[in-house]
Amino acid sequence: MIGPELLAFLVPLPPLLAFFVIVLLTNRKNRLSHRLAVGAMVISWAMAMTIFGLAVSRGDLGHHPIAASVAWLPMGEGVLNLGILIDPLNAITLFFVAWTCLAIFLYSVGYHNFGKPRDPQDRAGLPPKAGGIEPMYARFFAFISLFAFGMLTLSVSDNLLLLFIGWEIMGLCSYLLIGFWYGKDSAKRAMVKAFITTRVGDVFMLLGIAYLYAATGTVNYREILFDEHVLQTLAQMPSVIGGLSAGGLIGLLLFIGTVGKSAQWPLHVWLPDAMEGPTPVSAMIHAATMVSAGVYLMARFFPLVTIGWHEGGALTPTMTLVAVIGAFTALFAATIAVAQNDIKRVLAYSTISQLGYMVAAVGIGAYVAAVFHLVTHAFFKALLFLSSGSVIHGMEHGIHETHDHVDPGDMTNMGGLRRKMPITFWTFLIGGLALSGFPLLTAGFWSKDEILADAFAHGRMVIFVVLALAALLTAFYTMRQITLTFLGKPRTQAAEHAHESVWTMTLPLVVLSVFAVAAGWAGIPDHFPVIGGLIPNWVHGFVGGTLLEHPEAVAFSAVPLLVSISVALGGLLLGWLVYRRVTADAKDPLARLLGPVHTLFKNKYYFDELYDLIFIRPAYWLAETVSYRWIDRGLIDGILHAIGRFALRVGAFLRNVIDLPVINGSADMFSEGVKGAGRGFRVVQTGRVQQYLIVGLLFTGVILSYLLLANP
Amino acid sequence: MNFILDNLLSLILWIPALTAIVILLLPRTKVKLIRWVAFLGSLLPLALSLVLWFQYDAAQAGFQFMQRMVWYEAVNASYFLGVDGISVTMVLLTTLLTPAAVLISWSIKENVRSYMVLFMLLETGMLGVFMALDLMLFFVFWEVGLVPMYFLINQWGSGNRDYASIKFLIYTMAGSLGLLLAIQLIGVASGTFDLLQIMEQWPALSEPLTLLGLPISLSIETVKVIAFWAFVIAFAIKVPVWPFHTWLPDAHTEAPTAGSMILAGVLLKLGAYGFLRLVLPLYPEQAQTYAGVLGLLAVLAIIMGALSSWGQKDFKRLVAYSSVNHMGFVILGIAAYAYAGTTLAADDAVIALNGAVLQMFNHGLSAAGMFLLVGVIYERTHTRDLDAFGGLFPLAPVYGGILLFTSMASLGLPGLNGFVSEFMVVRGAWPIFTLYTALAMIGLLITGAYIVKAIRLVLHGPMNERWQGQHLEINRREVFSIAPLMVLMLWIGVWPAWIVKVINQTVLRWFG
Repeated sequence: MIGPELLAFLVPLPPLLAFFVIVLLTNRKNRLSHRLAVGAMVISWAMAMTIFGLAVSRGDLGHHPIAASVAWLPMGEGVLNLGILIDPLNAITLFFVAWTCLAIFLYSVGYHNFGKPRDPQDRAGLPPKAGGIEPMYARFFAFISLFAFGMLTLSVSDNLLLLFIGWEIMGLCSYLLIGFWYGKDSAKRAMVKAFITTRVGDVFMLLGIAYLYAATGTVNYREILFDEHVLQTLAQMPSVIGGLSAGGLIGLLLFIGTVGKSAQWPLHVWLPDAMEGPTPVSAMIHAATMVSAGVYLMARFFPLVTIGWHEGGALTPTMTLVAVIGAFTALFAATIAVAQNDIKRVLAYSTISQLGYMVAAVGIGAYVAAVFHLVTHAFFKALLFLSSGSVIHGMEHGIHETHDHVDPGDMTNMGGLRRKMPITFWTFLIGGLALSGFPLLTAGFWSKDEILADAFAHGRMVIFVVLALAALLTAFYTMRQITLTFLGKPRTQAAEHAHESVWTMTLPLVVLSVFAVAAGWAGIPDHFPVIGGLIPNWVHGFVGGTLLEHPEAVAFSAVPLLVSISVALGGLLLGWLVYRRVTADAKDPLARLLGPVHTLFKNKYYFDELYDLIFIRPAYWLAETVSYRWIDRGLIDGILHAIGRFALRVGAFLRNVIDLPVINGSADMFSEGVKGAGRGFRVVQTGRVQQYLIVGLLFTGVILSYLLLANP
Repeated sequence: MNFILDNLLSLILWIPALTAIVILLLPRTKVKLIRWVAFLGSLLPLALSLVLWFQYDAAQAGFQFMQRMVWYEAVNASYFLGVDGISVTMVLLTTLLTPAAVLISWSIKENVRSYMVLFMLLETGMLGVFMALDLMLFFVFWEVGLVPMYFLINQWGSGNRDYASIKFLIYTMAGSLGLLLAIQLIGVASGTFDLLQIMEQWPALSEPLTLLGLPISLSIETVKVIAFWAFVIAFAIKVPVWPFHTWLPDAHTEAPTAGSMILAGVLLKLGAYGFLRLVLPLYPEQAQTYAGVLGLLAVLAIIMGALSSWGQKDFKRLVAYSSVNHMGFVILGIAAYAYAGTTLAADDAVIALNGAVLQMFNHGLSAAGMFLLVGVIYERTHTRDLDAFGGLFPLAPVYGGILLFTSMASLGLPGLNGFVSEFMVVRGAWPIFTLYTALAMIGLLITGAYIVKAIRLVLHGPMNERWQGQHLEINRREVFSIAPLMVLMLWIGVWPAWIVKVINQTVLRWFG
């Protein structure tokens, strides 16, 4: 019998195994590869559901979680443990991650045209032109399996380091999948942009991890967040930056990681471009899982982010920053979304905006509401992305049939698709209504309403108004999208010949639609008029248990409820009114109305151009010109070469001034002297024996006479 | 078996040199035979190092497998070998990378015999540095490694090889000069070159030195500071620490593939090893005094190395500069330790030093792997210009996958080896050098930029028609050569305890 701890360890492994098997062995066999990937995901899903069931049935999971760890790395005298933790937050994360991933895996089979023959004109690295199977079909499943491994690891981790490992593995997969069609120039640029932009957040987060580890001696969630003493120490310890406690600074550093990963302003620029990837990727990475990881991190470190804060009290500097960034992003991204024509780009900005909602919720201390919205959003946004993929697929089909070469993702080319693609239409509608917060029925309403109610109840009026405005825009652009895509009459030949997708694509849509509606019912506030209390508010009880002290439920107030209902319905109605009569080649009615402001929205406030001008170009100039050309080649090598030349000069000097005249000169003098002497004496060397004898006799005579005279 | 265990270090050290002699005796034209002899001759030390690795007892204090013989009696220098947890890791790295490099040298076509002889001598030289426990012996091996590398670059290098090889040689020699003088100084002062004795005597030495009866009266502190800098500069050039690094891009770029692999994989580690083996134990006080300077240079290496790498258009030069960036983390860890090893933050310092040693090993794997891959593509396309590639992924899918994997290890992706060591350095250095560590993050960010740049320009984008229909895929021999490195990259990334345990025990005992 496998215990729940072991089961939690095992959850992420099947997709990892599938990844390795596909990459190393079955990369040429499409059917086997997708069976492996989907099969592995089914196993993980089943294990995740078992764990979820066990977790829910366990009383007081928050204080008695499923947890286990192993020693991973010796660190000096201590040791770093890594392990798993199934507490309420992890359990609910695991739940939505497993469901959405499974849906997306299945969807990918149909999306990549499995079963169709390979089109000979298709090339690896480019999207299939005419409905043939994706040339890199097996590779796609390998990548998403690795991705699922990363997300599942993050969902069961009991510590910040393992979370970071899963986080970065997802970052790599996101990079590879955004650039899946790497032959496209735009995809190539988008992948780099995504990787580098999120890495900005990641390096700060790494510092946060190091800081937290150094300050507390552990990276385990519960040892830090469930220990009053540790939290108190962190709250009182001064940090390296004046005015902030160590805990506050760590919270801030981690938050910058979230800003990168969850595409919050000012690091939001990568996410819309990430739509270059195949649609299942957009759904998985940019709606359901990876971008959620940023918000998950904030929810996980809620006690640290809110360190020094008491429920109902004034916000700390860190919290204020988080709330402001979140709320600003929610509104800012929504304004861009209203001016986009690409069906996926609208959803991308909508995702940024909704993530901003959650971040703002964390910032104002609305813990349960943030997590609740995280869960419901994962379902309905994954649904919307997959539906939009189905729409694009249908349009591509139409393009292929009519040879009417229009952009299949541009909503102005669509219209009237509700008759051609009924399942896609109804599921998109459900997702869209959930996103807009359509009252009472949809999941989005309940979670969004809770955030607004919390902001209102605690008097965060600025946040409340900004978020309400964002909600109005959300409903507006969603209805604009539905109207342009599905209602009215087809505006192109391609739309006329669009076609419903295969069952592997529509089945996941239907499953996700169920959650997009029903997930909200688990969190209906007990004090809600009429229907409150009919279904117990399970979400609040369960998720709230993650914290050391159970957060209080917000008292009911009619104001936020009415605001929430009216912005949702008003936005939907406006969207329909403005866009119901758009004809082919007509200008966007909003552009007429807003003029230059619309252009500003359409061009995303020119952030791409701005960043290029103030960050990317100067940085590259610093790298290529300053660091390499000027410092390395110019200055340092210049000095080295100067030393070299100096040494050569010294050598030349030694040779020309000392060696040649003095040493060689004296040597020459000596030799010349010898030579001269030789020449002088040469006359004596006649070679005649007679002369030598005479000389010899003379010498002998001289010596003899000397001896005789000296010694008489 | 006993003979092998008793002489394990000597065997590992001298088998490559013996192989060199054997190769020298083979006929010049039997190229195939020469290659195989060289390959087997480098596998044998690997096998013995594995024996060494498993026989090495991490829990036991001090040096192990010591061997000592009288060598140079007049000056009290001996042939003295021994290993601890740091050197045993480096020995393993050296003996692991050499066979891989020999295998990749199959593509060397001219003068194979001399090439392989030099390569084998190079291995002995490097191993000697890691094993030597005698200062004189250390210096001899330190210099021995230089000569073969000079000829490898000079004879088998590419375009600008004359400039690169002479720059490498002279620069390193310039550093060695001070090193030699300082070693002599220590030898004279201590009356021996035995490192174990010196480690006990030299740091405690406090009476003024009467140097060879010379009429100079320098205080012992001044002498030590001078000797300290002589050591530091020699090792800093080798690592290389910014701003002593400009020989590296030239030498790495011009060297043949296997030469670059060894240069980046092992030779740079000699410098860092010098810091660990000599500078920290012999000059604890001076190291602490100047740790701030060293830390600053390390951060500059991390940032400027990354920037210069990012600014490259030459694939190989880009990889070469990445070494400056990565070795910066080694020095940052060492500097953090030097600064705080004896203070309250000793725990953090030990973690940083552990990270530094592991980073040496990890960089050895990933840098060697990257140079191997650059060599593979260079051999097929005869260009290193990044702009000349483009969209090669469909032409060489296996190569592309391996390149992605290795680059990610080099980038420090969690789950692969580089992350573990960088995390340890950052974790350890943060409480000690907070500002430096924060600044180092800029380098880490740019690391992402240059790695992604290389991948983008080589693999991604529209396919460059120039290579259409050409065979660019990596072959089996090359895969076989890099596969062990990849396995280790993954293994250390997933389960680093097996190697960190060995390093950690030694670091704790030495420095804890």
